[in-house]
Amino acid sequence: MSVPLEHDYIGLSDASSLERSTESSNINVFTLKATELSLGLPGFGKSYEENAKFGPVVKNYMSGAKRGFSDVNFNGSGPSGKWALNGGSEADLCKGVNDVKPVEEEKKGPVKAQVVGWPPIRSFRKNTMATNLPKNGDVAEANLGSGECLYVKVSMDGAPYLRKIDLKSYRNYAELSKALEKMFSCFTLVGQCSSNGIKGRDGLNESKLKDLLHGSECVLTYEDKDGDWMLVGDVPWEMFIDSCKRLRITKGSEAIGLAPRSMAKCKNRN
Amino acid sequence: MDLNQKRTRTVDRVDSVDPDLVSPESTPMCPFPDEVLEPVLSLINSHKDRSSVSLVCKDWYNAERWSRRHVFIGNCYSVSPEIVVGRFPKIRSVTLKGKPRFSDFNLVPEDWGADVYPWLSVLAKAYPFLEELRLKRMAVSDESLEFLAMNFPEFKALSLLSCDGFSTDGLKAIATHCRNLAELDIQENGIDDLGGDWLSCFPETLTTLQVLNFASLNSEVSFSDLEKLVTRCKSLRVLKVNRTINLDQLQKLLLRAPQLTELGTGTFTQDLVTRPVADLEATFGSCKNLLTISGLWDTNSLYLPVIYPACASLTFLNLSCAALRSFELAMLLIHCKSLRRLWVLDTVGDMGLEAVGSWCPLLEELRVFPADPFEQENVAGVTESGFVAVSRGCPKLHYVLYFCHQMTNAAVATVVQNCPGFTHFRLCIMNLGQPDYVTNEPMDEAFGAVVRTCPNLQRLAVSGLLTDLTFEYIGKYAKNLEILSVAFAGSSDLGLKYVLGGCPRLRKLEIRDCPFGNAALLSGLTKYESMRSLWMSACNLTMNGCRVLAKEMPRLNVEVMKDEDSEDSQAHKVYIYRTVAGPRRDAPPFVLTL
Repeated sequence: MSVPLEHDYIGLSDASSLERSTESSNINVFTLKATELSLGLPGFGKSYEENAKFGPVVKNYMSGAKRGFSDVNFNGSGPSGKWALNGGSEADLCKGVNDVKPVEEEKKGPVKAQVVGWPPIRSFRKNTMATNLPKNGDVAEANLGSGECLYVKVSMDGAPYLRKIDLKSYRNYAELSKALEKMFSCFTLVGQCSSNGIKGRDGLNESKLKDLLHGSECVLTYEDKDGDWMLVGDVPWEMFIDSCKRLRITKGSEAIGLAPRSMAKCKNRN
Repeated sequence: MDLNQKRTRTVDRVDSVDPDLVSPESTPMCPFPDEVLEPVLSLINSHKDRSSVSLVCKDWYNAERWSRRHVFIGNCYSVSPEIVVGRFPKIRSVTLKGKPRFSDFNLVPEDWGADVYPWLSVLAKAYPFLEELRLKRMAVSDESLEFLAMNFPEFKALSLLSCDGFSTDGLKAIATHCRNLAELDIQENGIDDLGGDWLSCFPETLTTLQVLNFASLNSEVSFSDLEKLVTRCKSLRVLKVNRTINLDQLQKLLLRAPQLTELGTGTFTQDLVTRPVADLEATFGSCKNLLTISGLWDTNSLYLPVIYPACASLTFLNLSCAALRSFELAMLLIHCKSLRRLWVLDTVGDMGLEAVGSWCPLLEELRVFPADPFEQENVAGVTESGFVAVSRGCPKLHYVLYFCHQMTNAAVATVVQNCPGFTHFRLCIMNLGQPDYVTNEPMDEAFGAVVRTCPNLQRLAVSGLLTDLTFEYIGKYAKNLEILSVAFAGSSDLGLKYVLGGCPRLRKLEIRDCPFGNAALLSGLTKYESMRSLWMSACNLTMNGCRVLAKEMPRLNVEVMKDEDSEDSQAHKVYIYRTVAGPRRDAPPFVLTL
């Protein structure tokens, strides 16, 4: 499958293939009603009902996206209260890489996919601006980096071979999770990660974590600089990529052993 | 008759001129001996004029080729290095452009080509005294930079824009071996930044530096070496440092180089105040020659005002790395009455743009970049009202690059009425397929107004919800249009047909994600030889359509880039360009020349 050319985007790598799956070349005259416009991406047109039209088509791209974070809500104590990570349901198209949105907002905004090379901004400028944003008090995103790579091995219990990923090419836990999901498409990631550690730090309380672990199939863990195996999602993203040496996707039952430690951490912070 | 040593902006161009097309013997018509003709012609610098000169007659062709010192090659594959050196024996300066522009947005796979090395090895033999090399979108390796440094003893000026494939090791070679270096301009490249020690490689004997731009590198350099370098290079006029240089260090540099005309600062704030702001302000006041300021990373209301004393004579202010708010911009612009060019982030908002309209009556160029281009909801940024506000206050505006989330047809019509002199109109409505948000109609009338009202329009980029009507307008009215960028627009083949049937001056056409098919492509058959290039990706082209074109037009290279995903019959990415060099010999496996 073609990999999006730009790590920043996980989504439709090529809008035109989407076109071809719909009735493309037969559209001659554009009518002002706009409902007939079948060019490319969802988000065209004025009403949200039309977006649903693209649902079944986009399914081709979404086939790899399993439940993942999709319907898992968890209580982040971030400024907007309830957060949900989407990406699973087929009518909701891939929202792009910054996937965390408050539940209320999800309902009103049209879902838009990200497209390679759009908007037409040079990578240099993207990187510059990404490092400017945290100053403005927006949600802290990790610096897109200066071009260095941080490759770590990812193993999954029962998988015949390991994978390697570049941690620097993701900006937050959500992106990482999505990418891992794609890579190891037979598992389901637990939504224990928040979009940035600031929320996660306060957000995971004891009972919630237990629920997640019991209810899940697999859990994402990592080995840190000290050689300890930790649960992914506890610390801010920047701290995580600094200390992560390798990743491991374990069965939920095995990760229970980690729970007390994470609980202790949560307790210490609260 | 030697070239003027001054760095000139207009350079010559190699046409794909077939020598046979030049008029034959015309000695009776051409009474000037070469000794007269050559010095006269050497005063002509514009590459378009030189092309015209070379077509007059054989004598003029010869005189022109002997007197040319700059050669500009807009597409490195349109000609081979051998042909260039064969025609022009005395070149001192080469400008080379490589990849299609959409490679800036990751639409061109890596290893596509445009390697500069084959050029360098030919140039080294033919022009051992080459002085200047300016590359844009070329693949440049460290080996190439080392080769350059070692084989051209008179080498003076290197400019790399949007290139990739090299690291700071290559820069070390340049700094170490180019004894006469006057210009090192490294901009926006895919460079592997391994550290800042390249700067320390400049020898103590180097005093000729006039331009040093390393703003886009991330690693820290040795400040003491930088300070020494700046101190001993008395002709330094352009200095653009990177973000690791702090305010204190900047001050020291400015005190050493009050003659600077262009300054790119480092980080423009400090946590620990080591020197009062008044000191800094005074230093800026002593820089009487500053015309351009850029950088200004992380700046804020406390530190930005230190540049006020230098603002009165500024002609270019590049704030695209500084996320200013509207009032910060407004306070700054009050002091910038001579401003001709302004680049900002959209954090300044419509109110910031109103300030532009109020305080910068001489403004000719405005670029508004999005601070958060991938955020699709809850975005601020600028709207149509900011655009209109600028146009009201700045009647001389002729270059605009505007990123926004919403626009109306009426606003654009008003803008061009206020500023009919547009030469470059690049509007990017970032939400794909966005109609006029007030009337819900397509944005056709906006661009119709642009092409009707602006007779000097050379470059146009369209966006928003567009039907074939936009292209009908463009084809009909845009008589001087040379560069057109289209994305996610149009309804049918007619759209492209209109453009190819009109626009007599079209040189570069780049299209992505539009419903244009083979019939449209083939309607432009005869036009492509008068253009530099055509890029079409994610349209409705098929391999068969491209094959037909390739067959009919042997002097074009019709290249298709294969994609793993798309079906075999589809032509996913097509790049068509005129050439006298034949098909590429260095094409990677995914590029098929038909």
